[in-house]
Amino acid sequence: MSDLLHILDILRPYVAGIALLSGGVIVLIGASGVLRLPDFYTRLHAAGVTDTLGTLLVLLGLILLSGFTLLSGKLALVGLFLLLTSPAATHAVANAAHKAGLKPRLGTIQNPSPDEAKGDAS
Amino acid sequence: MIFATSLLLMASMALMLVRLLRGPQLYDRVLAVNSFGTKTILFLCVFAFLIGRSDAVDIALLYALMNFIATIAILKFFRYRALDVALSRTRRRGEAR
Amino acid sequence: MGYALSLTVAMAVLWLMLSGHYDSTLLLSLGAGSAIFASALAWRLHILDGETSPYHKLWRFFVYWPWLLWEVIKANIIVIRTILQPDMVLTPRMVRVKTMPKTDMGRALFANSITLTPGTVSVDLDADEVIVHAVLKELTGKEGFADMAARCARACGEKDPVK
Repeated sequence: MSDLLHILDILRPYVAGIALLSGGVIVLIGASGVLRLPDFYTRLHAAGVTDTLGTLLVLLGLILLSGFTLLSGKLALVGLFLLLTSPAATHAVANAAHKAGLKPRLGTIQNPSPDEAKGDAS
Repeated sequence: MIFATSLLLMASMALMLVRLLRGPQLYDRVLAVNSFGTKTILFLCVFAFLIGRSDAVDIALLYALMNFIATIAILKFFRYRALDVALSRTRRRGEAR
Repeated sequence: MGYALSLTVAMAVLWLMLSGHYDSTLLLSLGAGSAIFASALAWRLHILDGETSPYHKLWRFFVYWPWLLWEVIKANIIVIRTILQPDMVLTPRMVRVKTMPKTDMGRALFANSITLTPGTVSVDLDADEVIVHAVLKELTGKEGFADMAARCARACGEKDPVK
């Protein structure tokens, strides 16, 4: 039993590094999605990728690095705040756009160029 | 590893700035600011480990709350052009449940 | 009274976690005072109810959150694969979801869960329907939304979950 714990303790920094790096890559993918996707409503989904899985992986890596301390508790609190507030903020932006009459592009979109749907800059 | 993650986060923040400057609609910009804030929070957490001081996590906690309130405040201002409007329509001020 | 007590205890735990001071009597008493003061303010504002102090029924959410986490991870993989395709094919849809939990808290939880899952965003919320924008038409299955609504209703303690 203590051997198993010992092995887990040796593995911990590596798992933390993998979590951190994959979290960073997923945040970058989400950011590139916000650039590449064609209109406002589809960009919301790319931002959602960053808000959920990217946040979770980066914070998980940091918690694994810090071990069971007050710092890891604070990091978990940061994650809890982010996961509670990000859907509310996303819904607020989407609802404001919907109420203001911004129409989404529906149907099938192939190979969109990033700024195809140019609206009037309000 | 920590340094590489901070570089990745910086790169995605730069991409968010591009969307912030180019975004055709106001809502694209608000979304970019909000997403930039989320990445700033993550970067602050990573930064705490990078410089070996845990104080930056407290700043990240504060920033997480401020980011949310700022997004709501911007949206509310652009909808009503004022901030002293009640969000709830059914309950008025001083009215108990 | 139970609400006030659980809110005070939660505030005290949050204070201890954020400050990290456990040895100074002055600081500890000031922390306890601020926790009690915050609860008293909530009581005077008449907002002390199951929404602001939901800690006694939090155990139900610990059944719901792991399921939601798994759904979020699955949806993330779908959306990431869509973004990374060189030939991006999007099929955005606006759908109305009619199956809803009955309580206010259940509806809020349902809409937030939809938004938290990447690929679907709740755009507008009414008493009996949510308007959802989805980036792929595969993500708009009626069964998935009905399943999530039933689980949300159960997490908020509704006796007769929506079918």
